[in-house]
Amino acid sequence: MTIIQDPWETLRTSALLGIDRRPLPATALPLADVVDPTDPATALLELAALATVRRRAGALPVPAAEPPGPPAPEDTRPELPEPAARRLAVLLAGRAGSGSGGTLANLAELLPQWLATARARGLRPPAALIPGLLDAARARGELRSDAVALAGPLGRWLAEQNPDWRFVLRTTVEEAARQDAPTDHHLWHEGLFAERVTHLTLLRRRDPAAGLELLRSTWSTERAEDRLLFLDALQDGLSPADEPFLEAALGDRSKNVRATAAELLSTLPGSALAGRMAERARAAVHLAPAGTHLLVTPPAECDARMQRDGITPKSPTGRGERAWWFGEVVAAAPLPLWPESTGLTPDQLLALRVGDSIDETSSSWADDLREAWARAAVRQHDADWARALLGPAPAPPARGAGRARAPRTTGAPAKLLAVLPPEERAAWTAAFIEVHGLGEAFQLLGACATPWTPPLSTAVVSALARAATSGAYPWSHSGVLGMTERALAPETAAAVERLAAEAAPDSAWAETFARLAGTLRFRAAMLAELTG
Amino acid sequence: MEERWSTEHVLSLAPDTSSQKAAGKLSSPAPWSGTGTDGTALWGECRGSGRTPYRTVVELATPAYQCSCPSRKFPCKHALGLLLLWSGSPEAVPAAAPADWAAEWLEARRDRAEKRAAAPADPEAARRRAEKRGARVAAGAAELRLRLADRIRHGLADQSTAGPWEEVAARMVDAQAPGLATRVRELDTVPQERLLEEYAMLHLLATAATRIDELPAELAATVRTRVGYTVDAAEVLAGPTVRDRWLVLGSRDTADERLTTRRVWLRGAKTGRPALLLAFGRPGQAPDLALPTGHLLEAELAYHPGARPLRAALGTRYGAPEAGPAGPPAGLTVAEAVAGYGAAVADDPWLESHPAVLADVVPVRTPDGWYLTDGRHTVPVRASAVPEAALWRLAAVSTGRPLAVFGEYGHQGFEPVTAWPAGHRPVGLTNA
Repeated sequence: MTIIQDPWETLRTSALLGIDRRPLPATALPLADVVDPTDPATALLELAALATVRRRAGALPVPAAEPPGPPAPEDTRPELPEPAARRLAVLLAGRAGSGSGGTLANLAELLPQWLATARARGLRPPAALIPGLLDAARARGELRSDAVALAGPLGRWLAEQNPDWRFVLRTTVEEAARQDAPTDHHLWHEGLFAERVTHLTLLRRRDPAAGLELLRSTWSTERAEDRLLFLDALQDGLSPADEPFLEAALGDRSKNVRATAAELLSTLPGSALAGRMAERARAAVHLAPAGTHLLVTPPAECDARMQRDGITPKSPTGRGERAWWFGEVVAAAPLPLWPESTGLTPDQLLALRVGDSIDETSSSWADDLREAWARAAVRQHDADWARALLGPAPAPPARGAGRARAPRTTGAPAKLLAVLPPEERAAWTAAFIEVHGLGEAFQLLGACATPWTPPLSTAVVSALARAATSGAYPWSHSGVLGMTERALAPETAAAVERLAAEAAPDSAWAETFARLAGTLRFRAAMLAELTG
Repeated sequence: MEERWSTEHVLSLAPDTSSQKAAGKLSSPAPWSGTGTDGTALWGECRGSGRTPYRTVVELATPAYQCSCPSRKFPCKHALGLLLLWSGSPEAVPAAAPADWAAEWLEARRDRAEKRAAAPADPEAARRRAEKRGARVAAGAAELRLRLADRIRHGLADQSTAGPWEEVAARMVDAQAPGLATRVRELDTVPQERLLEEYAMLHLLATAATRIDELPAELAATVRTRVGYTVDAAEVLAGPTVRDRWLVLGSRDTADERLTTRRVWLRGAKTGRPALLLAFGRPGQAPDLALPTGHLLEAELAYHPGARPLRAALGTRYGAPEAGPAGPPAGLTVAEAVAGYGAAVADDPWLESHPAVLADVVPVRTPDGWYLTDGRHTVPVRASAVPEAALWRLAAVSTGRPLAVFGEYGHQGFEPVTAWPAGHRPVGLTNA
């Protein structure tokens, strides 16, 4: 054999083919003279053993190739206090095991609150928990905003290396928007759809004009469903500067794009569309000369201009077409129009009777008008109108007055409630619960900021106590109870523990209250750790 | 008073993941009453579905568990839940004197430990048994040499004439050489590019086993261990011991269908000697050795004999583990670690890997896998032996900056076990 071969390869080839077929070369192998050649197979194994040990014992370190990439940017936030870090580990470990009953606080329910609180405090979780945090956020979309904010620069640095955590790069984080709004637009031109939405949203928050310009630059080539969501991103930092673009979008090929453009324009009080809607609304509603009632003249047709302004000619609700057009017009008209044109406050306007040219007190128009005003109040975030539409917080009925009448429900009270400042929301809901109990309070409670204010918490606990003594079953309140675990003010723990002690032993309510008290203690400890 | 354990540490005691979950549900104060701790033990009553609550005691030093529940898992969810409660909400487990029922068990346990004495032995019978076994092992090893050579004659690529190695493994079990049996069984799954290496090293071991009496005492002990002779901890502890303050470098659990194995690596603060403690548990039982990483334990260790003594038995302890130094332990450059493993292989040619602390290395992920680099040299991470999550955890705690990493280095790469992020307590990478 004349070919010079790696000695190991020589051994390996003979071993694979069989030493009977491929004998070892007599010489040229290192250390060949120290093994007994009597049995060629044994000699091969011994030479291979020598070579293996030689290689392992004499291995040289591999020189470093290129230097590693840049480290994660420094995170200057203060680190979580140690007990809080330990708690986070428990919450993250508990996420898989939750969901079933038992006497424990549902950890999965508490994780969002922990994350939001830690984020609000501007704390930094220990690096070792960041991968677990990102895994949790990957599985649960509702955690992403807080988890990504908490994971901070280290989270982004890790996400750049791990495809499983790419969502981090797509998640918009308020803090990040202030610091590193994108300046390099390659993500816009090459990124995935969700990355492009994030890019646009970030840019829009820092520099609305630049965001609009970027969107305009590629608008004509975007697909209809993408255009819809990009348009939606303009909600951030919406201003009169966006109006010409939105006006042009009213002529879009896609119906949904047109409707979204119209909705955005209607929330710009000074927009031409708002002006057009105001004109239509004024034509549709008059204050009767005596000032005693409002007269409705619904639009007679849905002309091309109305359609261009986002009003669908066919009623999707089954309500008569003219009533549908009327509702759309009033809901899109700027609310300040009404006090200006009548000289009346929202409360006074709502107190007026409503009719039309045939029947001056047609209650059906009153409902349509209220409904449309409610939609306008939600869309335009008008607290004055929302307050007037909700009416005063319900007061307990006077002794002997019988059962309280449910308040007049206009649209979705929870949505109107969301327009009010948090304190007012809580106070209104507390009053509602005191009068009406928990049966219809689920959505209202959902609209209240968590944790609930002490007065609202007290109202909920007393309502639960009343429910327990009235013989209702706890599971008929399971929706509210789940929310209560997350949202009840920790100060209420003592009252809940008292209820647990007073409830009939081994009853479902005793267990419910004990569990609630345990959760409150867990939450109180959890929140205290974050401040400590 | 012993420092509270971390959640990870408590969860690492759980026999399986369903126990971890079940314990998580018992980690709030709600089901517990009469809880307390005296610093060496925890106790409490846990309300379950039945009328009488379960009584749970945990002795922290060993640790040992006692619970009145009927669960066959060990430790049971109540013991773990109590530990989690103590770990997460110390206010819920106030300092107190043990409740009567807890004190009773703790005392009984202490008595038993004191009474435990060495059983008398018959040295003559033992010698005869050893002689007999030696002959069987030598015969088995000789047979294995023939089988290996036979395959080399016919060629490893030619599978038609050869039966599976399983059959030969069974012969090795009969020959009372379980260590040989394990290695033989593995030959069926070794990838072809490493096959000759494995054949050669097994041939070397079989050859050594046939000549065990001619070898130097230390090397003979190494061969005996690898062939599958076991030594009782008590026997090892009867020999010389080393007293030191042992720094816990890390621990790792591995499990197969028969056994959970826990490895705990130590390093003597005075002697600088590395040591490895092994603890075993049946499936459904966590090994009963729990030493927190980064803590110092003053204790006597006895090394199992060998050319490179590493495995040790834990003898007398002097107090509970206490928090160790803040910074990372002294470490090696990559070049030093590679050279250190080489030197160790020169003593024990079958050594797959050995413990090493790498100072100031950065974990790097490349398309070919993970590496650790100290700027001058790199070592590949033995990815097949380390879960992906552990490597991301390592990357996270490093933040891309140099840090000390403890692990096992060998010819197949580095297996990280513990990391010391700058200014932080050590982070266990695999047991989380």
